[in-house]
Amino acid sequence: MLKIENLHAKVEGNDILKGLNIEVKPGEVHAIMGPNGAGKSTLASVVAGNENYEVTDGKISLDGEDLEDLSPDERAHKGIFLSFQYPVEIPGVTVTNFIKTAINAKRKSQGLEDMPAAEMLKKIREKAALLEIDKTFLSRSLNEGFSGGEKKRNEIFQMAMLEPKLAILDETDSGLDIDALRIVANGVNKLKSKDNAVVVITHYQRLLDYIVPDFVHVLADGKIVKSGGKELALELEAKGYDWLK
Amino acid sequence: MSLQNKLAEAFKVNTKNVTVENYKKEAFEAFSQKGFPTTKDEEWKYTSLRSILKNEYGIESAKATSVTAETIAPYLVEGLDSYKLIFLDGVFQASLSDTIEEVSVKLLSEAIEDASYEDVFKNKYNSLAKGQTSLTDLNTAFTNEGVIIEVAKSKVVSKPVELVYLASGETAAMLLQPRNLIIVGENAQVKFIERHQSIADVATFNNVVTEVFVGQNGIFDLYKIQNDKNNASLVDATFVSQERDTVASVYTFSFGGNITRNNLSFSQNGPGCDSILNGVTILEGDQLVDNHTLVDHKSPDCQSNETYKGIYGGKSTGVFNGKVIVDQAAQRINAYQQNDSVLISDSATINSKPQLEIFADDVKCSHGCTIGQLDKSALFYMQQRGIPKVEAEALLMFAFCSDAIKEVKIPALKRKINQLMADKLGVNIRFDEI
Repeated sequence: MLKIENLHAKVEGNDILKGLNIEVKPGEVHAIMGPNGAGKSTLASVVAGNENYEVTDGKISLDGEDLEDLSPDERAHKGIFLSFQYPVEIPGVTVTNFIKTAINAKRKSQGLEDMPAAEMLKKIREKAALLEIDKTFLSRSLNEGFSGGEKKRNEIFQMAMLEPKLAILDETDSGLDIDALRIVANGVNKLKSKDNAVVVITHYQRLLDYIVPDFVHVLADGKIVKSGGKELALELEAKGYDWLK
Repeated sequence: MSLQNKLAEAFKVNTKNVTVENYKKEAFEAFSQKGFPTTKDEEWKYTSLRSILKNEYGIESAKATSVTAETIAPYLVEGLDSYKLIFLDGVFQASLSDTIEEVSVKLLSEAIEDASYEDVFKNKYNSLAKGQTSLTDLNTAFTNEGVIIEVAKSKVVSKPVELVYLASGETAAMLLQPRNLIIVGENAQVKFIERHQSIADVATFNNVVTEVFVGQNGIFDLYKIQNDKNNASLVDATFVSQERDTVASVYTFSFGGNITRNNLSFSQNGPGCDSILNGVTILEGDQLVDNHTLVDHKSPDCQSNETYKGIYGGKSTGVFNGKVIVDQAAQRINAYQQNDSVLISDSATINSKPQLEIFADDVKCSHGCTIGQLDKSALFYMQQRGIPKVEAEALLMFAFCSDAIKEVKIPALKRKINQLMADKLGVNIRFDEI
């Protein structure tokens, strides 16, 4: 599904990714772990198409299609979803209306009419319940004044609404207490199927107790330095990252 | 011949009303001495009228040809049940206007010849505008039409009043100088929507004066829609005088026109007054909008709340000058002012100037001013969720303006403003659903 080959990328003149390779197949869960500054968030941003990052070499493809020339919204329409480490506050636009706009933008790109209001409402209700999100929350301005945990829960709510093919969760566990972590992980697990895939970027192993990865990769200094099964995460938790350098 | 000389030649006093005649003479004298403002004048530093004063304006109201309801429909608020008062080239259009029984409506031209209006002319008319600026004087000297509206004590007017001044543009360039006087009685409530609009793209110069008196415990709302043709300019002076325990709001939505100057002056003459001044400006091309506001806190325990938002593209220019005066007697005042601007082009300009003069010691006055660009991280976030860039930008701009719009109390008007904003931002988004 997602294939990244020899990816080099830089931001503000600094080389961050230095020849990264990874392949994610449908139905798989991959975890990318690594120390701060290794390039984990850069990888997420580059796959999502953030224009602040410059891809200097290599290739990213989704289902065989090269993503190079696609804008972030076009990539989203192809099924890429990024749960942001730091979701942006957008005062004046409510959670409900934002997600409606996003869903209908995707439908428009597929030549479909807007989703009927009743269907939209039903879906919103269903997914809000899955993530134990209160109704009043949905009429608040997007991320404005949300706690860290609320922001992350809102990200996964949007993921549930958009039903992406490939979800990249960038440090979704940071700022979550253990109860919120369970809710969020449960949401992600419910959305998993044999046709979609999840890439979990995390610094700590704890989230992986709940979202169990098929593969764990260690990203250090812009490259994958080690890959393994879920047991690698436990080893990293115990030993830290220094032994890999 | 310069416009000022042409005006000097055209000036004549022919009213049968001595009070008004004296106002006109006095005002003409004052205007002759001061002339049109130039950029040497501190209050007009960033706004030059030179380009619009060189046009050959017709000064007398032209005998307007008729206009149909279909022609003017786009300039009204769709789906709004309102009382409409329509003027064309300075002439009242009875056939297109509504009869209003809830309030007293008198044309200025008729009131001048009606002895029962003598008190109004002596005590209210021109009492706020007199000597304020050379352009208000010009209006006083030359105006020959407008409305005097009186809302009786404790009357809650059931529908908004839509005041629409049209310029046909069928003859030559035109200088139009309507004059309104609104007297809101004690404990009465009324809403107005005001618009000055050219039908054809001929140079028009509107020099408008409106005086408003809000009686004790009254509530007054005025919404100004400024979306005129590129060749039309407007200098507006609106004076609002508030008695104790009144709430007065003026909203200014500026999306069109060539040069637009809004002079908005509030005076709080008793305790417990609340003044609300909100504005949204969205410009492109060479457009200029200059919002000059003044809130004069003369009494204790009052509030004023001012929020102006601007989005400037192309080579457009914005000016915001917000003056707040707190007199020595005006203790426990809460005055809030915010002016936020987004520049979406490298050639756009905003000049923003808060001006606070505080003579009392127990007051809360805050003012804030931000000038920025659209937040790139927010744009990426929205695009990541599948919203195309143009729409994401428009959504951000709309959200940016929302503070100044959310309190609009007329739903149909809010829809209209949202639609005008979407048009101006070049997107097909129904902002009301956002």
